[in-house]
Amino acid sequence: MSARELPDIARRVAGAARDGEQVEAYVVRSRDTDVKVFDGEVESLSVAEVSGVGVRVIARGRQGYAWAGSLDADVVDDTIAEARDNASFGAPDEFFGLATPADFAGVQPVSLDLWRDELLAAPTDQKVRIALELEAATRAADARVRGVESAAYGDAAIEAAIASSTGVEAAVRRTACSCFSFAMAGEGIATQTGYGFSVGRRPADLELATAARVAADRATRLLGATQPPSRRIPVIFDPLVTGSLLGIVGAALSGEAVLKGRSLFVGREGEQVAAPSVTIVDDPTSPDAYGAATHDSEGVPTRRNELIVDGALRRFLHNVYTGRRAGVATTGSAVRGFKSTPGVGSRALHLRPGTLAPEQILASVPEALYVQSVSGLHSGTNPVSGDFSVGATGLMVRDGAFAEPVREITVASTIQRMLSDIVHVGADLTWLPGGAAGLTLLVGEMQMSGR
Amino acid sequence: MLDEAVLQRTLAAALRNGGDFAEVFAEDRRTGTARLDDGKVEEFVSGRDRGAGVRVVVGDTTGYAHTADLTEEGLRDAATAAAAAARSGGGGSRLIALERHPVEPPHSVEILPETVPKARKAELLQRADDAARSEGDSIRQVSVGYADSRRHILVANSDGLLAEDDQVRTRLMVQCVAVGDTGLQTGMEGPGRTVGFEIFDEIDPEEVARTAARRALTMLRARPAPSGKLPVVLKRGAGGVLFHEACGHGLEADLVARDASVFRGRVGEQVASPLVTLVDDGRLAREWGAYAIDDEGAPAQRNVLIENGVLTDYMWDLLRARKEGRQGSGNGRRETYQHLPMVRMTNTYLVQGDEDPDEIIRQTPYGLYCVALGGGQVDTASGDFVFGITEAYMIENGEITEPVRAAQLIGNGPETLQRVDVVGNDFDTWAGTCGKEGQGVPVSSGQPTLRVSELTVGGTAS
Repeated sequence: MSARELPDIARRVAGAARDGEQVEAYVVRSRDTDVKVFDGEVESLSVAEVSGVGVRVIARGRQGYAWAGSLDADVVDDTIAEARDNASFGAPDEFFGLATPADFAGVQPVSLDLWRDELLAAPTDQKVRIALELEAATRAADARVRGVESAAYGDAAIEAAIASSTGVEAAVRRTACSCFSFAMAGEGIATQTGYGFSVGRRPADLELATAARVAADRATRLLGATQPPSRRIPVIFDPLVTGSLLGIVGAALSGEAVLKGRSLFVGREGEQVAAPSVTIVDDPTSPDAYGAATHDSEGVPTRRNELIVDGALRRFLHNVYTGRRAGVATTGSAVRGFKSTPGVGSRALHLRPGTLAPEQILASVPEALYVQSVSGLHSGTNPVSGDFSVGATGLMVRDGAFAEPVREITVASTIQRMLSDIVHVGADLTWLPGGAAGLTLLVGEMQMSGR
Repeated sequence: MLDEAVLQRTLAAALRNGGDFAEVFAEDRRTGTARLDDGKVEEFVSGRDRGAGVRVVVGDTTGYAHTADLTEEGLRDAATAAAAAARSGGGGSRLIALERHPVEPPHSVEILPETVPKARKAELLQRADDAARSEGDSIRQVSVGYADSRRHILVANSDGLLAEDDQVRTRLMVQCVAVGDTGLQTGMEGPGRTVGFEIFDEIDPEEVARTAARRALTMLRARPAPSGKLPVVLKRGAGGVLFHEACGHGLEADLVARDASVFRGRVGEQVASPLVTLVDDGRLAREWGAYAIDDEGAPAQRNVLIENGVLTDYMWDLLRARKEGRQGSGNGRRETYQHLPMVRMTNTYLVQGDEDPDEIIRQTPYGLYCVALGGGQVDTASGDFVFGITEAYMIENGEITEPVRAAQLIGNGPETLQRVDVVGNDFDTWAGTCGKEGQGVPVSSGQPTLRVSELTVGGTAS
């Protein structure tokens, strides 16, 4: 099957619309390779092509959806019929409707080069070698690394086409690859694990030596960690952790969450919700972002959206439905897989970098907790209430330098308070695989629980 | 689902260049979901996923390829790709005689979800919405999700095994938002069973909705959770997640073999308090993690992992068991045909003890009483784990007093297992989705009311 066929399939589905019906097709194809290695051997090598279609039908103000993990013509026809049937059981909603060209009049899609033919051309052997080399380099990086829990390489070449009976058509494609390893140091319950990774658009972009060194450093610098006593303390977040925290804040900045009363930002538009040093932007038009895209998943061109500016809540992210309901335009922020109707979400969320290097942030407080990694992010944070409590490992910081490592602690506050308590935003902006960017962040005070 | 002769030829193609083991896993899954939000039935979604994965094992290397094309040609292409990925070389073709292995399902399914009119499902959502909102004006938002799935799987392998299973699951999820002086709070409840629409003979949607609503309302008057170490009493059902994280994952043979488990080499040792007997049982009737065969064709079974505190065995998948020259345990699972199987839990529970649950609270001068938990996470290499509490109360002078806000609890698996100091005579289970290396599978966990003498509670109160 050639890539050219995806738009044809989407167009054919959209063309099935009957009088009084709107029909949209979202068609995707992904070619993936995954290599896992262990102890110098290939543990598994998986090669696959996955494709699927999602069909949305809106009729008499009601919406129905169906999907199938196949692009065979008969399956696609069944899917249209099933979506149509589903549309007769939902409740009518005046704001249901597909995107139309009028929804993004005047917004030109950016031109982005997110596809590398080299990824598809790279032989499997080269990909296997990357994983093996990364594992070996992780072991070699430090004599105290006793093993590599897992090391892997993965890539994907993803293409998607959208077509609607309301005249919207878009096609997007991108390649991405990454490798990671988990280094282990120490024995028994004193074991420490360190994560290192590298991401790119083609295998040659990957920096194995850096990933290996980071994995080894992050495991070994925690050796001998103990549980400190509970206390209130300034907290410095590692860029990786900051990226995860942004994901939680991003969920609360979704127009859908806000409209449905499920966000800590409900009713706070225009208010000061964060420290003045905080500006949060979602910019899928940035070619550096791994979540970059020219169009969102309703076929609307993406654009740079400033959400919190100098601490003031400026706007929320919207897709067509939530925009219409809120009385504003879509912000080009529809996100989805082919198995669901479009939701609302960020693709390239980041904090505007500050001026301080990480070491200057460490030196800016007499004592702090440096959080290297967190656990239980989803069970311990709530973007509706703002409650925040996560497990953490890291190091104490004294006199501008790392001191003793700590484990089996939690750090807790509320998201509202943390945003207001941000003291320094680092200059070290780093784009992460999840779509967000991280940087070093200092929060004035949080509760650390330990012994 | 697939013709026996086609399966034989596909396996032969997979082993054409040699190899130690080959397998075809085919799956046909239909899902139906319905969602009510903001007072309206928003949408019905139907899904269909159908395909097969072929794996070829050569030495310690597994090659895998999958396809949505279930024709003989599609399967042969996948078999060839898997063989190339495994780098099989030499050998010669062999034809494998397949033998059907019928396995009695752990329970029967009465009402297939696809036979239930969608209008009836919509009516059920509406009833749940009404019930949640009738709990009080402070309930501002209600979201109700209904989901069913029917998953037909077939496994054929070069050992001659041919097995099939039909797995039906149904779940209801209610999430409520309550508004008060302290802001917004949420409450959730989401029971699930490996049965059809008869789940609602056992589970009252209105009661589920009221539980979620009351949980959100309770949190409105909650004070900050304490910070530091204290005794923790886990109500029946809610705390099963503790064992899932504290030791369940660490007892998965693949992690043990990678030297990434604190429980490695400890079979026969006292790893927990003598009050702890932990079982993983894929045949626990109707439970969310139940099935007749696992995703490698092995019958589900009841496996005792810890008996009176002594570690008795790990959980196994096919490859790991072959390598050790022992029987598997029916724990080889995968999310879909697009994934390789690995060792996974099913229904993991702590066996009942003797104590009256009310007495456990009376015997606790000061501590935390956990009624509902969110998910958790574990670093199996060190055994450090966390889990989130979503409904909890203080225990003061042997009585349950004020509710406290959501917080994370953190502990170390081996240490926490030794600190289980009272186990109740009641029991309940909790349905969830367990994630491992990017694959989610349905599991349940269960336990009687019990006490852990000391855990670190990550609240904000000093």
